[in-house]
Amino acid sequence: MANRNEPLHQIKSRRDAALKALVDGVPFLAWVGIRFDRRGDELTAVLPFQQKLIGNPLLPAIHGGVTAAFLETAAIIELAWASQWEDVEQGRLTPDADDPSSLPRLPKTIDFTIDYLRSGLPRDAYARARVVRSGRRFASVYVEAWQDNRARLFAQATGHFMMPQDE
Amino acid sequence: MAEQAPSEEDRLRIARQFIEAIPYAAALGMRIEALGPGEATMSMPWAEHLVGDPQSQVIHGGVVSALMDTCCGAAAMLHPSQPRSTATIDLRIDYMRPATPRQRITAHAYCYHVTRSVAFLRAEALDEDGEHPVASATGAFTLDR
Repeated sequence: MANRNEPLHQIKSRRDAALKALVDGVPFLAWVGIRFDRRGDELTAVLPFQQKLIGNPLLPAIHGGVTAAFLETAAIIELAWASQWEDVEQGRLTPDADDPSSLPRLPKTIDFTIDYLRSGLPRDAYARARVVRSGRRFASVYVEAWQDNRARLFAQATGHFMMPQDE
Repeated sequence: MAEQAPSEEDRLRIARQFIEAIPYAAALGMRIEALGPGEATMSMPWAEHLVGDPQSQVIHGGVVSALMDTCCGAAAMLHPSQPRSTATIDLRIDYMRPATPRQRITAHAYCYHVTRSVAFLRAEALDEDGEHPVASATGAFTLDR
């Protein structure tokens, strides 16, 4: 049972530290510039625009591979985050970004299917993932991504993942 | 006067310039290995900043997706029916095994069916073990006439 009287700043710093450890451990995320906003347990992946992310200089448009990586990342982090949430809340898990051995092992992608609904504009992008089914070994995740308007998705994806197994 | 169709050689040269002008492909260090009618082979190096799993040092899946997507787009553009441009409609990637760290990844894509407005592509990615694929992809791409 969570302690109702636990100081708010302590709750926030514990959750933020757990999220930071998940994200900061992955070099590629820093290189493309993907970060996560957190509201309670809800995560929003954020991809600030950069010139190097362009795939079609004539339009211009973000590269389809950037969109794919962004959605796959949103799915993996959401899945890892959701599956460790209880352990973090109960204080059983205290991952530290500076100590790689304390980092949780990430789910592995089995397959990932992306629908490109409209071309990605040279602007910031956002994504939210929903764990549709989460079992002991396999999980299925749906992701949607938008730019200026939440209702006008520029991409959506579904993927299947293999959950890390405890030794 | 009838406009003369560009020669195969011209088309490959134009495609090469087009691919080399893609900022994200350049940022990942992609290289064209071979281009032909309706097919393309491209490769990219492993790099520390592209790692997706810190424990195993395996490259991020999204990086393999980028190589597959670029390679499929190039193959669609090079279809003998000479589309003016292409865009990805959807792309499915199957990750068959982790790519070995510090090895180059090479993808080959080809059009297996083409209609007036859509190209259907298949692609495969290999690391330096050229026998067991790292990932395979299928995708549909628009063809603008």
